Amino acid sequence: MSLIAVVTIFILAVFVGLEVIAKVPQTLHTPLMSATNAIHGVILVGGVIVLLRADSTLMLVLGFLAALFGVLNVVGGFVVTDRMLEMFTRKPKKEASK
Amino acid sequence: MTSDLINIAYLVTAVTFMLALKLMNGPKTARKGNILAAVGMGLALIATFFLPEGNHSILQNEAGEFKSINVLLLGLAFVLGSIGGAWSARKVQMTAMPQMVALFNGLGGGAVALVALVEYPHLFGTMTNETMPLGVRLTTTVLSLVIGCISFAGSMIAFAKLQELMTGRPITWPGQKIINLGLFIGTIVVIALLLANATAQPPMFYALLGLSLILGVTLVLPIGGADMPVVISLLNSFTGCAAGLAGFVLGNTALLIGGGLVGASGLILTLEMCKAMNRPLSNVIFGAFGAVDTTASSSGGPQGTVRSYSVEDAAIIFASANNVVIVPGYGMAVAQAQHVVKELAAKLMEKGIDVKYAIHPVAGRMPGHMNVLLAEADVDYDQLYDLEEINPMFPETDVALVIGANDVVNPAARYDKASPIYGMPILDVDKAKTVIVSKRSMNPGFAGIENELFFEPNTIMVFGNAKQTIAKLSAAVDSI
Repeated sequence: MSLIAVVTIFILAVFVGLEVIAKVPQTLHTPLMSATNAIHGVILVGGVIVLLRADSTLMLVLGFLAALFGVLNVVGGFVVTDRMLEMFTRKPKKEASK
Repeated sequence: MTSDLINIAYLVTAVTFMLALKLMNGPKTARKGNILAAVGMGLALIATFFLPEGNHSILQNEAGEFKSINVLLLGLAFVLGSIGGAWSARKVQMTAMPQMVALFNGLGGGAVALVALVEYPHLFGTMTNETMPLGVRLTTTVLSLVIGCISFAGSMIAFAKLQELMTGRPITWPGQKIINLGLFIGTIVVIALLLANATAQPPMFYALLGLSLILGVTLVLPIGGADMPVVISLLNSFTGCAAGLAGFVLGNTALLIGGGLVGASGLILTLEMCKAMNRPLSNVIFGAFGAVDTTASSSGGPQGTVRSYSVEDAAIIFASANNVVIVPGYGMAVAQAQHVVKELAAKLMEKGIDVKYAIHPVAGRMPGHMNVLLAEADVDYDQLYDLEEINPMFPETDVALVIGANDVVNPAARYDKASPIYGMPILDVDKAKTVIVSKRSMNPGFAGIENELFFEPNTIMVFGNAKQTIAKLSAAVDSI
């Protein structure tokens, strides 16, 4: 990919982030922090790439750790967020069933 | 051909991330958003396995053989990581959420740093078909290493502080700011030297690794536990930026967009939190908030008598009340008292007493921490009031019941310019006719500041663990 394309994508992503986030209500800030925390676990994609490319023992060890940390970040992050949000959705459901 | 398909998959992933954040706008759609982002993440991972490497698959080596060791290790990482991540996330107490987020964030930062570490020597390889200038790839690799390390080390300290593996109080030492500044300048200088004279194995690169880890530690050590949410949020943003930068090196759009989104959102969230505390970010990071103030306020602090009541005496006050405002704080979270609080509220409502909950934006250790806990206990949304809504109601409130909250109800924030929390918006519970404070002891709160509210003539203190106190109070209310 050309440098300019990469820079364009990155800057546009930053602006989308600024716009989309500014509207989230206070109540959801904790789950939001947790969800964005899970999303930056996308570094796992990088971890997978470096582990698959690794060609020495040291690189295999480092790549393995990168992938392991990434998986922990992604899985833990999404599960924790889901647990928080589960509690937010429980109430309206009950009322609906009444 | 496959390359196009992979990029389309990454594009879909990017869209799911953006939609997910949009769905997080409302409590009803938030959960769907989170699941959508998780699905997008899965798609990006599957796509990655099909990445071409030269003229063969990434799963094969130059000779076209299957890289069984690499794939085996990857499988192991996925199995261990999924079990470990899901297990710890399921098992963690709701009160321990902040440190859990800190831990996962630190691991993400660590992953970014490791990716940069592995990628660095490859930058000098023979891959001549790269269109990205070496200087750019070098700069972004080095920056993602530094930011990833700071995020990793800083998050681990934040985790240790919140988990109470170490003191939550700010840790300060003489010349701290000078030393931190020195470390920071040192890091910049080493980065510059490295970029000016880049080789595949420079000692400078490893010096940078050490320097940025130390910087992460020294940056977070002087920050008190009460400010940890801001720190975690900031470090979350850091990890996002670092992941985005790693996307430059790997030419990977999923990383670029995911990282960019989180980098921006984390920063906005951080600033929002600072706004709620009415303090600039620089003050949170460099203020060593709560370290020096303990001594300052104990000399000129509030004096007077504290009225300590038994639970039974306190219960009688409710007998003549028409409305009650419950103000939860970190003490409720620690004692896991949200369920008994809800029980007490139910009993009060049976007696025809109006019950509201006043939620301070920074009560607990994360914005929305109290909302999460009260939602867990099935408290109705309609009963939750935020600061601007509830403050005008306090003068008409018969009883304000403060459960384990301290700094967020300290009246000194309104007028005492010497107080470190001066200017922070607080809940005006002191304006209520009677204030009942459930608290473990007279120890100052997380920020280490004395609270004159406890000495006010209309304040009644009930000492003890919040859960036991409220449970007893609830039983006593039954008999009035």
